[in-house]
Amino acid sequence: MTLGNAHPTPNAEVPADPAAGSAGVADPVLEIRGLCVDYGLGDEAVHPVVDCDLVLRRGHVLGLAGESGSGKSTLAMATIRLLRWPGVITAGEVLFHSKPASGERRTVDVLSAGEEELRSLRWSEISVVPQSALNSLNPVATTRAQFDDLLRVHRRNLSAAERVDRAVELLEMVGLTADRLRSYPHELSGGQRQRVMIAMALALDPQVMILDEPTTALDVVTQREILEELMSLRDRLGFAALFITHDLSLLIELADEIAVMYAGRIVERAPAVSLFRAPRMPYTHGLLHCFPPMHGERAAMEGIPGSPPDLRALPHGCAFHPRCPWAMERCRSETPTLVSLAESGRTAACWLHAGDVSVPQDLDLPDPLQPAPGAMGAAAPKFRRSSR
Amino acid sequence: MSVAARAPSTTTSVAAEPALEGRNLTKYFSVKGGHGIFARRARLCAVEDFSIALSAGTVTGLVGESGSGKTTVARLLAKVIRPDLGELFIDGEPAPRGRPRFYTAQVQMVLQDPFSSLNPVYRVRHDLVRPLRIHHGATDIDAAVSDLLRRVALEPPERFANKFPHELSGGQRQRVAIARALAVRPRVLLADEPVSMLDVSVRLGLLNLLADLRDRDQLAILYVTHDIGSARYLADTIMVMYAGKLVESAPSATLTDSPAHPYTQLLLSAAPDPDRAEPPSLAGSGAPPSLISPPSGCRFHPRCPHAMEICRREVPPDVPISSGHVAACWLHVDPAQRRAGSNGGEAPPEDGAQHRPDPAGGPPDREHDPMSSTIHEEG
Repeated sequence: MTLGNAHPTPNAEVPADPAAGSAGVADPVLEIRGLCVDYGLGDEAVHPVVDCDLVLRRGHVLGLAGESGSGKSTLAMATIRLLRWPGVITAGEVLFHSKPASGERRTVDVLSAGEEELRSLRWSEISVVPQSALNSLNPVATTRAQFDDLLRVHRRNLSAAERVDRAVELLEMVGLTADRLRSYPHELSGGQRQRVMIAMALALDPQVMILDEPTTALDVVTQREILEELMSLRDRLGFAALFITHDLSLLIELADEIAVMYAGRIVERAPAVSLFRAPRMPYTHGLLHCFPPMHGERAAMEGIPGSPPDLRALPHGCAFHPRCPWAMERCRSETPTLVSLAESGRTAACWLHAGDVSVPQDLDLPDPLQPAPGAMGAAAPKFRRSSR
Repeated sequence: MSVAARAPSTTTSVAAEPALEGRNLTKYFSVKGGHGIFARRARLCAVEDFSIALSAGTVTGLVGESGSGKTTVARLLAKVIRPDLGELFIDGEPAPRGRPRFYTAQVQMVLQDPFSSLNPVYRVRHDLVRPLRIHHGATDIDAAVSDLLRRVALEPPERFANKFPHELSGGQRQRVAIARALAVRPRVLLADEPVSMLDVSVRLGLLNLLADLRDRDQLAILYVTHDIGSARYLADTIMVMYAGKLVESAPSATLTDSPAHPYTQLLLSAAPDPDRAEPPSLAGSGAPPSLISPPSGCRFHPRCPHAMEICRREVPPDVPISSGHVAACWLHVDPAQRRAGSNGGEAPPEDGAQHRPDPAGGPPDREHDPMSSTIHEEG
């Protein structure tokens, strides 16, 4: 396995600026190395996550894009050990570098942590916003009762009145009014439910938020409002976010770095703007051409031929080769590993970039973040509300 | 499938009469309103006074948020439900009462979820044979089935005909659902969110299939979607719905490049667009209103950044902006006409006189009410 620059040494000397943009190098808060997950045991097992490496930096948004069944949710849930049977973590390492506002830094090996340690980690330090808020909120408890439960367990020093105050403060943070405390989940709209979920995830000031398709079930306008809220909270509170979605076009607007998954493997990782302007892996290139543009000439597009593979019967070699327009003989027999490319901060798993063949022009576009002669370094598009 | 011949057609073939037309369609649903012993039946207005014309060889995109009534329009056109007001016309002739075979042979629907719209206990062949037998009493069934599967690019057809739905991927299932609709040789295809349940990488393939059917078979297609980007790609004309009413209708590139209605502008500002040069700023806020007691006047006024006094009182008329471009918005009515319109409460005559060309392309600022938009996000 070629690691390349996948794991920069955590630099404890760098003062962590939570609001550091994509340009600044923040220290890692969550490191995933060689993570493998199986569903089932023995020969019957399928491999939804194979050998995944990710680094989430403090205050950054790391996007995880992929189609359904590509293993992105499994990867996220494995990170915090919330996999249900038959999901089993078979290999790898997950390191959480905690740096609480008060207290000392420590590094937790999540995969070997005991139940008690995990309990202190989940929600307080790493919280999860699941896709379906309706299934995650207790249908027979009011918003207030759910906040109360949470704060009573995790913040024992708070009095009942303080717990309500904190709940109101959290709801206001996500743009809801205090009267929503009396509401049951079914009385809230989809957007409001998702906001409550986000408020609850923020309740214990986590350092990392895992957002698993948080806005997929919502209308575009609500989605945009919630994302803007999230990003302004990120700027204010400084948490890092692992944002999982199938909508790559959305991710490009809000993530600092994007990892693309296909059939359980990370196939490309790059800063968002580089990935958008200059994809290196054929699947990323194809995925970017699956979203019809909102401007310009209406031209015919092809999408990606075929359909995503069944994890029970993966193609040999590169799992993408049956759909790849540039597939070579080698792609059919050997599985490419994630290697770092010439450009810094970029990795891709593709034999085209192994150096012994010429790279197709479509996969060799100039990277806007790389200093190239005559090329302007474009800044990453930032996702901020210009006026409110 | 040939790719080269698949550029979205930009010219709308003008047929004498639209293949299927709905005029002034209105549909109310009866729902429970209130709580406990105070609950009573309330009238929910899903679609109000909506007119739509589907012409042969064109794709009409119907765009809106969930709850805007776009699926109800598709179901009204398919005669799955009956309109409370309004009429349907086939080739300019009033459609027959009820849902006779004559009607279903012309108008077919493709549903959103290919995982539940195919019967899991039957093979693909069964799904296709039934409409062939019922509608055409076809003699060479096997050839007809193969032909249908080939038309939706499921090849080799012999292999797919004997599969069960669970053996197919989502995209393949949706192709079977389209083949089933095509089996009766319809002239109108109503596709209700046909790609929203599918993986992103296979969506375009299905949209291209619909474009092929439009171009080769001259089908009139209604493409219902919440994704304005895909509507721009596939549709020739886009109609935008909000809270059961039409807000804007235009050729698709015109609509997305120069939207005239504030709601369309809001939708476009919210749509993901990596090519956007500047950070997106939402042109409005809030959520769609309750359809049981919709806002007075223009239904969008509580969320509209340009809302004026008249928007709260009067329902805006359909204002022609340019050829084929209509927006239901007071901003595009001449201020003098606005007062005239407010007297009668009726739409001013659509002779184009009220159309005030706006060189800047944006909504005029005159009579602009500084009222800030309020958030209505009721449960």
